[in-house]
Amino acid sequence: MIGVQRLTVAYRGRPALTDVDLHVAAGERVALVGPNGAGKSTLLRAIAGLVEPAAGSIELGGTPLGALDRLAIARRLAVVPQLPQLPFATRVEEVVALGRLPHEHPIRGLRPADRAAIAAAIDRVGVGHLLGRDARELSLGERQLVLLAVAVAQAAPVLALDEPTVHLDLRHQVEVMELLVDLNQRDGTTIVAVLHDVGLAAHFFPRVVVLDRGRLVADGPPAEALDRDRIRDVFGVDPALVRLPAPVQA
Amino acid sequence: MTAIASNRAGVIGRPRLAQRPLVLAAIGFALLAVAMVAGVAAGSVFVPPGDTLAILAHRLLGLDLPATWTAAQETIVFELRLPRVLTAGVVGAGLAVAGATFQGVLRNPLADPYVLGTASGAALGAAVAVIVPVRAVVLEFGLLHGLAFVGALGAVWLVYRLSRVGGHGQMTSLLLTGYAVGSLLAAGLAMAMFLSGTNLRLIFSYLLGGFESASWLRFATALPLVAGASTLILLRARSLNGFLLGEEAAAHLGVDVRRERAILLGLASLATAAAVTVSGLIGFVGLVAPHVVRLAVGPNARLVLPLAAIFGAILMVVADLAARLAGEIPVGVVTAVIGAPFFLALLRQTRAGYEL
Repeated sequence: MIGVQRLTVAYRGRPALTDVDLHVAAGERVALVGPNGAGKSTLLRAIAGLVEPAAGSIELGGTPLGALDRLAIARRLAVVPQLPQLPFATRVEEVVALGRLPHEHPIRGLRPADRAAIAAAIDRVGVGHLLGRDARELSLGERQLVLLAVAVAQAAPVLALDEPTVHLDLRHQVEVMELLVDLNQRDGTTIVAVLHDVGLAAHFFPRVVVLDRGRLVADGPPAEALDRDRIRDVFGVDPALVRLPAPVQA
Repeated sequence: MTAIASNRAGVIGRPRLAQRPLVLAAIGFALLAVAMVAGVAAGSVFVPPGDTLAILAHRLLGLDLPATWTAAQETIVFELRLPRVLTAGVVGAGLAVAGATFQGVLRNPLADPYVLGTASGAALGAAVAVIVPVRAVVLEFGLLHGLAFVGALGAVWLVYRLSRVGGHGQMTSLLLTGYAVGSLLAAGLAMAMFLSGTNLRLIFSYLLGGFESASWLRFATALPLVAGASTLILLRARSLNGFLLGEEAAAHLGVDVRRERAILLGLASLATAAAVTVSGLIGFVGLVAPHVVRLAVGPNARLVLPLAAIFGAILMVVADLAARLAGEIPVGVVTAVIGAPFFLALLRQTRAGYEL
């Protein structure tokens, strides 16, 4: 589904990613972890076609990224947006409806199938109680969930997330993780998530990719990818401080 | 308890008129028609509305009606007031569409052709065209519109580029840059007046803004430009909606951000230039009309653009009528009296929900 080969990305001459290989098959659930500045977000943005590789190649669904226009990418890959500043009063349902932009009729706009997808996404993410409210007046956590609903409404075969739990309390963090597992298992959506919390990654993701200073240093089941030596080497903390939970039953 | 419950239901079920955009459009057109007939009937020489309608029916539809009006009244209605009112409508619609587009693409609720300096750029371009000694009607109009477009495009490009460097919040930066560039362009306009000699009055009329010199010819050049640019913007409503969540999110939602931003800013500059070329600088209509429409139907550009065009036309026709009834004062005075408090209210409101 995603094929990244010998990818190198540089910002103003400074390498952000070096020689990264990553292959994600359809239906996989992959967590990207690593310290700040490791290149996790850059990798995600490169896969979404927003940064130009200095070297290497990226494929999405078997097609080179360079051969796809923005609309074609948006139909293959949904990325949960970062928290934006909304310039106008915008209702929650109007925000979620933006997830249908890649699918709606270019002139006439939303069709019944689009409206059904919006309603389903609102239901699935559990933001029905927020309908009718101005998205600018919501709490950070509520806004985070609404943005997740945008990406769910986009209904692409791959869902990519950059720190989806960052503004959420513990209960909502777990709920979002469970939603990702459900989207993955029930709908077959391929999930690639950048996570800060190695505990959440180890528990909810059968495959963990560790990045450090722009290089991919581990790729495998959480018990291997996040072993004691790597916790110490990559994150620079005493491994005794990090106790990883058992993986969820897939 | 019931009060709380009903209040909650009221908030969540707050009716939005988005479900009935066609009804809103029909009401808008009816209001526009009333405003236009009033605009044609009223003025220093009053022509009764019945006679006004009869003259219009006689001249436009060719109906053979008994003439209850004088030849002078017919000339006033058909050669002076009708093109004036129609021009005001087209200019209002063009500025409103341009304002809605600038606000959407730049993600700034306070953006409009006037605030951004786009209108000043167009006026300077038009002034330069007036100074250039070319005296063939076709060429003159082409040069006028062409240079006004170049001026508008140059101003918006400059403001956009400059506002991106520097550490201020995006909204403040854009407004301050717009102010600085606008001031510079106004200085250019003053310089053009200084150099203009006999054309001083014409350039001064750009600065003042108004529809005193409206004619069928001017209306006929503005209409296709404004209608064309507005239609092309409406066809890109999807892209405009994508900008709502920010440029990066727009890209993830399938919008080619660089291309669409350039096209939309270009088309909005074209609508601005076409409006400024026939009317001069008239502020705030491009700011007020889209916001009032968004209050009714939400931010969806597919609804906002056409409804803002209708509402902008109504606003301009009424403002011009008020300016005439107040003794031919500049119409910009009327729109400023409405628009400036609106701008300040908007600034207060957005300061709470927007980084500044």
